[in-house]
Amino acid sequence: MIRIGVDVGGTNTDAVIMDGSDFVAGSKRLTTPDIISGVRNALAATMEEASGKVSDIGALMVGTTHFVNALVRRRDLAPTGVIRICLPSGSSIPPFSDWPSDLIDGLDGHYRLIHGGYEMDGREIAALNKDELLQAVTDLRAEGITEIALSSVFSTVRSDMEEQAFDIITEAFPNQSVTKSTDIGRLGLLERENAAIINGALRPLAAEVVESFLALAEELDLQCPLYFTKNDGTLISADQVSRLPVLTFACGPTNSMRGAAFLSGIKNGLVADVGGTTMDVGEVQNGFPRPAGTAVSVADVQTNFSMPDVISIGLGGGSIIDREAVTVGPDSVGHRLLEESVVFGGSVLTASDIAVAAGRTEMGDHPPGDLPDLAGLIGALDQKAGDAIARSRTSGEAMTVIAVGGGAVLLPDELDGLEVVRPPHYDLANAIGAAIAQVSGEDSRVIALAESMTREEAIQSVVEAAEAAAVGNGADPDTLQLLSQSDVPLAYLPGSNLAISVTVVGELNMKGT
Amino acid sequence: MANRIKKVDREALALIAKGSTVLGAGGGGDPYVGRLMVQQILGEAGSVDVVQIEDLNHNALVLPIAMMGAPQVMQEKFPSGKEIPKLIEMMERLLERKVEAILCIEAGGLNSTIPFIAAAQMGIPIVDADAMGRAFPELQMVTLTLGGMGATPMAMVDDKGNGATFDTISNQWTEKLARALTIEMGGSAMVSLYPILAGPSRPYLIEGSLSTALDMGRILDEHKSGAAHALADTYGGRVLFTGRVRDVERRSDAGFTKGKLVLEGQLDFDGKGMDLSFQNEFLAGWVEGDLVATTPDLITLLDANTGGPVTTDMVKYGLSVHVLGLPCDPIWRSDEAIGLVGPRYFGIDADYQPL
Repeated sequence: MIRIGVDVGGTNTDAVIMDGSDFVAGSKRLTTPDIISGVRNALAATMEEASGKVSDIGALMVGTTHFVNALVRRRDLAPTGVIRICLPSGSSIPPFSDWPSDLIDGLDGHYRLIHGGYEMDGREIAALNKDELLQAVTDLRAEGITEIALSSVFSTVRSDMEEQAFDIITEAFPNQSVTKSTDIGRLGLLERENAAIINGALRPLAAEVVESFLALAEELDLQCPLYFTKNDGTLISADQVSRLPVLTFACGPTNSMRGAAFLSGIKNGLVADVGGTTMDVGEVQNGFPRPAGTAVSVADVQTNFSMPDVISIGLGGGSIIDREAVTVGPDSVGHRLLEESVVFGGSVLTASDIAVAAGRTEMGDHPPGDLPDLAGLIGALDQKAGDAIARSRTSGEAMTVIAVGGGAVLLPDELDGLEVVRPPHYDLANAIGAAIAQVSGEDSRVIALAESMTREEAIQSVVEAAEAAAVGNGADPDTLQLLSQSDVPLAYLPGSNLAISVTVVGELNMKGT
Repeated sequence: MANRIKKVDREALALIAKGSTVLGAGGGGDPYVGRLMVQQILGEAGSVDVVQIEDLNHNALVLPIAMMGAPQVMQEKFPSGKEIPKLIEMMERLLERKVEAILCIEAGGLNSTIPFIAAAQMGIPIVDADAMGRAFPELQMVTLTLGGMGATPMAMVDDKGNGATFDTISNQWTEKLARALTIEMGGSAMVSLYPILAGPSRPYLIEGSLSTALDMGRILDEHKSGAAHALADTYGGRVLFTGRVRDVERRSDAGFTKGKLVLEGQLDFDGKGMDLSFQNEFLAGWVEGDLVATTPDLITLLDANTGGPVTTDMVKYGLSVHVLGLPCDPIWRSDEAIGLVGPRYFGIDADYQPL
């Protein structure tokens, strides 16, 4: 089965072609301001390299930082309003609480609180009032918002009021785009609502992105399904991503970690992904990123969807060197490495230049020459990278650091006392991670334990449902494995009730396609 | 001993919220929601005055304010914001006098920040003390019970605006009745209970609790993954274990989340195992079958990676943690106190061994 993996990073765009688990071809091109030209460049070069070697491409899988970048840069965000179904509870903490003020401005944050929502045992706090809801929508639209994020108290226990509100809005305003909080987040109203707001703000951009990829696939005569990669390293269809772009938020680090584990054959270790501007460090366990245990902040907003636990520092190939302060980064020449760095004939001393001077790598046509302060500068680089590695470790046990990404060559052979390896095709790990992405299936339900049903049996029944969902999403049933599982009791209900949620993954089933 | 604070602004509140999760001993709930509510009232520049109990007049009325119920409910269903003024009005009517200061009943977790809402809304100071020095799951588990002080008159108000007052024969009865009503109110409610006069209550209060919480928050910020050891050094405790979570079992029983945790040793504890039992808070820990700490001493988990406290709600399979043991306030070590909050009360067949 032939697959194309594409990864759009902040600085570089990578594309690879994989035949099953064999690498066929790959190339790296600069990310362009319009994104899609960079993808076209990388894809075209890769397909040319592979020409004659492959036919029948089965799938195009894309990981992109489009969405998270838009949020971080506060650009291309749609004016998004919130309708929270909560009254009479809820007013003590309004929507957008604890958001950075410039981001609220970027979103034109408006909100309305209306009556409704559930208690934790499913009783109504108040009934949903259709007129109040429609008035809220009318007001928000009059205030200029184009996207609506809908949240409701305990919609994780009962989602019907949120769904009912969704139906009422879309019936009255057929073209109104609405994101439901239950489609994204978990328990925790504010965090789930935040995730829904971010999702709404990104929807128009997501639709554009999907469209541009479909157009490019057609232009390059790629007649295969288009997928995007999600935060957990699994796939989401192009159609789904235009509704739920936020689910792809952290795919960059996930793809690089999955790719690094795959390329090195090391299923448990640390991964350092060094790009043009940043170095991301995370841990892989059984080939998957270790998820963050707590709420994660995205562009300074608290959210609670599942993300890998990654430490990101300002160290990459384009990091600007301050010789006076003896520091590396966090400012970077980014996109302009090939013009501005010394080895490429420019005048800005970057991390790449000192790595060349130290003999760690070769690049460019303009040797940086003799740098009397080189030892101190390289020391600062190694110190910074070593700190990030040390902070990522959860134990003193020895493990290997798998260095990937275009800037992997900057790193020494040992960091924080751990061996650093660079697997073959290390510079294309992200795209390879996208190309090997799997299909997931999720199921969560509340099960009442009884004499006849143990905790283990209850979990097993949910695992089976998740497996069925994965197969329904296109997974090969022979390759399924458990990715995550949690069971939390629901207090205040008679008996012992467990809320169980399970995610399983498997290979994309390409048989018969 | 931490320096005593005089004022709490936005920044100090964030540190108190953070440090209070250490005092939460795995329970007490996430103080984040409480912090947001206070910030909403204070705005960017406001602050709350903090007083020591000795600075108040002997007969000054001090009202503890707390949230009762499941902290998870507060993460989903926020208060309306009208509960506290109504609570205070009800208490002042019952007691026929004006409140002069607010007290934090429980310095651990969510209830460390809730009283600041009252102080900010009412424009009165908060006392730098509490009645637990940590978090405990039941309403009678306060030092004031040891002083023979009653939880009632007590008032309870829900997000819908319903109010109730209690007048009971014992603090245990207050716990039963108040919890039943909390469940009916949707799992969480704001309460004011244990109304006290500053002078007579002073011997039974744990003084400086807010200052301690703030100091602990600062230690967490400064020491990150080394915080467990720094806290142990500063507060006379020790790191009981370091390991990875290998099983979490939670069950719901009579309104509490009970369960156990199994850790597999790492670093200094390689090859060993630890079991922990909890009822909202951590109750006891055994390393290789030997009891190493029990309630009322504090058992707190800190993420070995980030140093952040990990509650019994948050703890997940695979997480690597330090188990920190901290000694409780000496007031909890009398026979009477151990009968109220010791291991046997929670059904653990072991005697209390001080850390």
